Amino acid sequence: MSVRVQAQPFDPGAELSAVDAGGGGAVVTFTGVVRDVEGGLQAMEIEHYPGMTELAISEMVETARSRWNLTAVEVIHRYGRLQPGEVIMMVITASRHRVAAFEAAEFLMDYLKSRAPFWKKEITAEGARWVEATAEDEAALDRWRADFRPARRPPCA
Amino acid sequence: MDVLYFAWVRERIGVPREQVETSAATVSDLVDQLVAREDRYAAAFADRDALRVALDQKLGSMSDSLDGVREVAFFPPMTGG
Repeated sequence: MSVRVQAQPFDPGAELSAVDAGGGGAVVTFTGVVRDVEGGLQAMEIEHYPGMTELAISEMVETARSRWNLTAVEVIHRYGRLQPGEVIMMVITASRHRVAAFEAAEFLMDYLKSRAPFWKKEITAEGARWVEATAEDEAALDRWRADFRPARRPPCA
Repeated sequence: MDVLYFAWVRERIGVPREQVETSAATVSDLVDQLVAREDRYAAAFADRDALRVALDQKLGSMSDSLDGVREVAFFPPMTGG
């Protein structure tokens, strides 16, 4: 289980290879890449709250481990100035079964988006603007509340 | 008390952190006190509902007590991931 908040780039393939999936089953990875939606993005600046960031992500990881039977969890999130196409972050979850690995990865992604203290600023030729949080990001947390009962999925390997 | 600012809150106030001598009972009282200081604070706290607060690095709310708190941070909604 590891949480890393760092300025330096990392290789998602190497991170995946390094995961000890604890006897096999399923490994799910999500990799976030700097997106240039409208064109003209020169850079993305990511600010964070050193100390709280690590604390908040570690708590999310602990919650994920208490809700799903995971054999490995890794979260890596960068900060600083990034170029379009650069990897921002990665979540790796491993479990004996794929549903747990998928759900835990989605849970971590939803929480990282609106509960980890990061702020993104887009730098374009016209100037800079802070990326705004959306109502959808906040609503995405609803499905993880204790009283939310998702439809059952069929069992799988 | 250490008061920290992030993202556009930091930009409007002009510093990332500062020491504030305060006897404010709640976060809201502290904001009132800051806003009364200078226009740059009033600009940063113009829409309090748009802001998030952390007390000793844990998310809290404007009505929370500052009793025993050493570090307060103000910032816009987070955009990680």
